[in-house]
This record gives sequence, C-alpha cells and structure tokens, in this order.
Amino acid sequence: MSERSIDVDLTRSSSGRVVKERIYKWLLFACAALTVFVTAAIIYTLATDAIAFFMTEDASVTGFFTGTEWIARSDGGTFGVWPLVTATLTITFVSALVAVPTGVAAAVYLSEYASDRMRSILKPSLEILAGIPTVVYGYLALVYLTPALQWIGIPVSTFNLLSASVMVGIMIIPMVSSLSEDAMSSVPDSLRQAGYGMGATKYEVSTGVVIPAAISGIFSSFILALSRAIGETMIVVMAAGLRPRMFNFTNPLDNLLSSGQPMTAGMVSAVTSDATGGSATYLSMFALGLTLFVITFVMNLASDYVASRYQEEYQ
Amino acid sequence: MTQDSMTNPDSRTDSQSTDLERSNQTSDPLVDSSIDTGQSGGSGGETRTVIESRDLDVFYDETQALQSVDIEIPAEKVTAIIGPSGCGKSTFLRCINRMNDLVDAARIEGALNFEGKNVYDDDVDPVVLRRKIGMVFQSPNPFPKSIYDNVAYGLNVQGIEGDYDAIVEKALRRAALWDEVKDQLDSSGLDLSGGQQQRLCIARAIAPDPDVLLMDEPASALDPVATSKIEDLIEELSEEYTVVIVTHNMQQAARISDKTAVFLTGGELAEFDNTDKIFENPESQRVEDYITGKFG
Repeated sequence: MSERSIDVDLTRSSSGRVVKERIYKWLLFACAALTVFVTAAIIYTLATDAIAFFMTEDASVTGFFTGTEWIARSDGGTFGVWPLVTATLTITFVSALVAVPTGVAAAVYLSEYASDRMRSILKPSLEILAGIPTVVYGYLALVYLTPALQWIGIPVSTFNLLSASVMVGIMIIPMVSSLSEDAMSSVPDSLRQAGYGMGATKYEVSTGVVIPAAISGIFSSFILALSRAIGETMIVVMAAGLRPRMFNFTNPLDNLLSSGQPMTAGMVSAVTSDATGGSATYLSMFALGLTLFVITFVMNLASDYVASRYQEEYQ
Repeated sequence: MTQDSMTNPDSRTDSQSTDLERSNQTSDPLVDSSIDTGQSGGSGGETRTVIESRDLDVFYDETQALQSVDIEIPAEKVTAIIGPSGCGKSTFLRCINRMNDLVDAARIEGALNFEGKNVYDDDVDPVVLRRKIGMVFQSPNPFPKSIYDNVAYGLNVQGIEGDYDAIVEKALRRAALWDEVKDQLDSSGLDLSGGQQQRLCIARAIAPDPDVLLMDEPASALDPVATSKIEDLIEELSEEYTVVIVTHNMQQAARISDKTAVFLTGGELAEFDNTDKIFENPESQRVEDYITGKFG
C-alpha cells in the first residue's frame, strides 16, 4: 500500500496547461463581451448623433415626436416623425394579418398533420423561403405583386403600402411558422392522447389542446416576426416608395393604395440624399434609428414577458 | 336520423352515440342490435359482454405485441389486465378505443368487438368510438386549462348539450374531487397535486358519460395514499361503468377487480377468469409462477 501511494503524483506536471486554460477562458470571454461592446457602441453613436440632430436649427424634440410632416431636403426641412411611424405601423399591421394566420396554420399542419415524408419536404422549403434575400422580395413586390393587384382591380399606385406589406408578411411567415412549430412540437404527447381519448378530432386537438398549450411560444414568434417586419428595409424601399405621407385617418384603406415612407426607408433616403454630413437631414437618420431601436427593443422585452407569463409547467 | 331521435326523445346523444359509423345509418342489423343491448344492458344478465376480441394480433412493424387474443369483457365489472412489462397489456387496452391508430407502425389483425360491432371495420369512426369509451392514462395529463374547462372539455368537443355546471359538479363528485376543488374551479388543473390531477382526469373521462372506462396503470405515478383513493373510486365507478384497468400491481388487481386477464411475455393471453380463481387457483403453471413472483 505504502509503496503504491508513492507512484501517485498529484502535483502539476507543468504550468503550461494552466496558462493555456486561462487563455481559452479569456478568448471565450472576449467573444462574449464583443457582442455587449458592439451593442453599447451602437446605442452610444445613435444617441450622440440623435442629440446632434435635435440641436440643429430645423429640428426639435417636440417637433420630431409630435410633427405630422416630414420633408427632408438636402438643405434642411421639417422633421415630424409621425408620417414615417404610421407607415411603419401600417406595414407591420398588414404584414401581421398575412403572416400570423398563415404561419400558425402552416405550423399546425407541420406539427400535427404532416407525415414524416411531407414534413421532410416542407420544412426545407420554408427554410429556403426564410433564406431569400429581402431585396428579391422587394423586386417581386414591385415587378409582380403590384401589377397583379392592379390586374385584379385593386387601384394601387406603382409604389404602395399594400404590396410592400403583403410581401413583408410573406417574408416573415417562415419565422412565425418555424418558431410556432417548435412550440407546438414541445407540447407533451400525453396531452394530445388525452384529447384523442376524449373523442376529439385532429382539428379539435390541434386548436383546443396544442395551440393553447403552446400559446406562449406562438406569441413570442409573433412578436419576433413583427420586430423583423418593423425593421424590414429593402422591401419597403423598393415597393412602398420614398414619399413620406401622413396617415389619412378619414380613409384608412386609402393609405394602403398609395405610396408611403416607413422609418427604415426614411433612413435610406437620408443616407442616399445629397445632404452633407452634419446637416439636419443626414442626422435625422440617427434619430429615426434610435426610435426604431427603442420600438423593437420594447417588442423584444414584451416577447420575453409574454413567454414567461404564459409558460406552462409540464411535470 | 330524425325518426331515430323521435323514437328515443330522451337519449341526448342518440344519433351519434348509438352507432360507431361515420354516417348515421341505422339500417345495419349489427348496429341496430347494439342499440338494444346497449340500452337494456343495466338490467341484463351478469355475463353480458361489452367488449370481446377474436384472434386479435397486433404488430409494431415486425414485432408482434399481441398474439391471437380472445377475451370477453363483462359489463359493469372491473376487469384487470396484469402481466410483466412488455407483455402487451397496454397495447390491448389501446386497441379497444383505437388509440393505436395514432402509432403509425401499429398493425392490427383479427376482430375487436364493442357491443357486437368490430371497431376495426372500415365504417367505424374512431372519434365516435372514443366518445363511448373514456380513457385514463398512466401519468396524470390534465390540459393546461382551468379545472372546470378540463372536465367540460369532452362535453364541448362531443357537442353535448345541457347544464355544464351541473355535469361538471357531478363528474367531480363522482371522482371524489369536488370537495377539494369546488372553490378553485377557475384555477389551472396543473396546480393540483399528482393524485388530484389523476382524479381530475377521471372526472374529465366520465363527464361525457361513456359506457366504458379504460385505465392504463392509473395509479403507477401516485403515492400510496393517492393510490388507495383511486382504487376506492374505481370500485364505485364499476357500479355504473365497465372498467378495464391495466396494472402492474398484482395486489391492486386482486383488491379491485372482478375478472383478471394475465398476459405473458410475447403478447399472449395466458389466462382469463374470475379474479379469485386467478389468484387462488390458476389453471396454468406459468400464471401461478407469475402470480407467486417466481418470474416477471
């Protein structure tokens, strides 16, 4: 026994291993910290440049947040954010009307109805849809969807919010359906069995058992998808036009037929205009960016809240 | 259909519950006779058979789970199905209400008659069948809904009309849960303890008033106190329902059942007789070995 214990050596054979271990740890930390640093840097630049914008002659905080007119010329203009915000909200709302029912229905089909074979065909197709560059969607909206809408008798102008909204909706369907399907697939099978055992049909089990049990995940998918819709740029720039127009409250449908400029498109036109750096029009981009950032940030918080609020515990 | 409901004005789900066919044809003599037996069953002879299987084979892919099972399950009695793990007892139970349909790999041969009608006939709608046969599962699986909505679920999907409050209360009382939950009917079924959840599932199963109650090891996930409550409940339920219970607990089978079926490895029904006979003087040596704990 005593002889054997001599053979056991627990001292560090070399300090190299310890040093290496430390290096790994710091490398991993640096990568994790990078994301935090970039986020902080973005917020900082948005905030400082937005403040610079509000300090210019043509802009003011109250004018920005209460104004209903947005005219951005290279030599200045009027900067009321509401025409852009209402266009963004219109596009978000209509795209949700397209994506939410379609996405949930597709998720129910994939999760509850589809055979393994069908699922193995449909899921990659949805992933392809999710992988299409948004500029392609924008081009489809402008070149095919808008003429198609005109052909079936909807009097849309060449650039219009309806076409852009529908295309944004199509773009976010894969997001809604794949996240919703994940939520539905994680519903325990025992609940489905309980439903079938009670003499429920497949549709009744899907709508009455699976969807309610997965509702937190489904809501999260809506909110994340709508955050995408709010931030979507290429489609709206190409299909909705670049002319800011205040929302017409007396005839809401009219807003869909004519062109409009959502916030992202407003930023694009600011950065591509002749306005020089430091001018109010150029700097307005940062104020818009900050507003957009706050909106999507709040939506992500809401998504987390909803997910935790309606989370059901199983076993 | 109209004529049918006129001749049975007080039978509330008559048009859908008296036959298992997708269409409500009443011309099939098999189905018609099942109406008669179904309605006179309570006062009928002790040996009236509700469920019988004839040469029933079940395969999961190439594996045979049941081998030519012949069994006759009597009405308003507790029939226990016991046997070692993997002997096909749950498989048999799930054949009765066609829950095996949900398993793609399952293949069923032979006949399983419910009230004289083979439930695997092409014209049988499993949804209608399951409305006549309630099921309680191994571990409690209440829906993430309120206690009230859990019990009312079957009433809703089966389109049963009536005073839901009264039906829910009656079902919860029969499941011996009413006194514990009457003040919290709106709280989630998942907030209850395991034993309460299982009684909730029993209330949910009996609320639409099925003819048969299938129970798949209903107490296996519960502690002894909750188990004894469930056992008392099963004895009471057998006054009104035909109960078929799968259990791995032989004492439980001996305590609560009138008839016992012993399945042995390979999915073979080794013996089926009165429970006393099975536990005191089984015919087969293998069953005796199993009962006395020599294997299994």
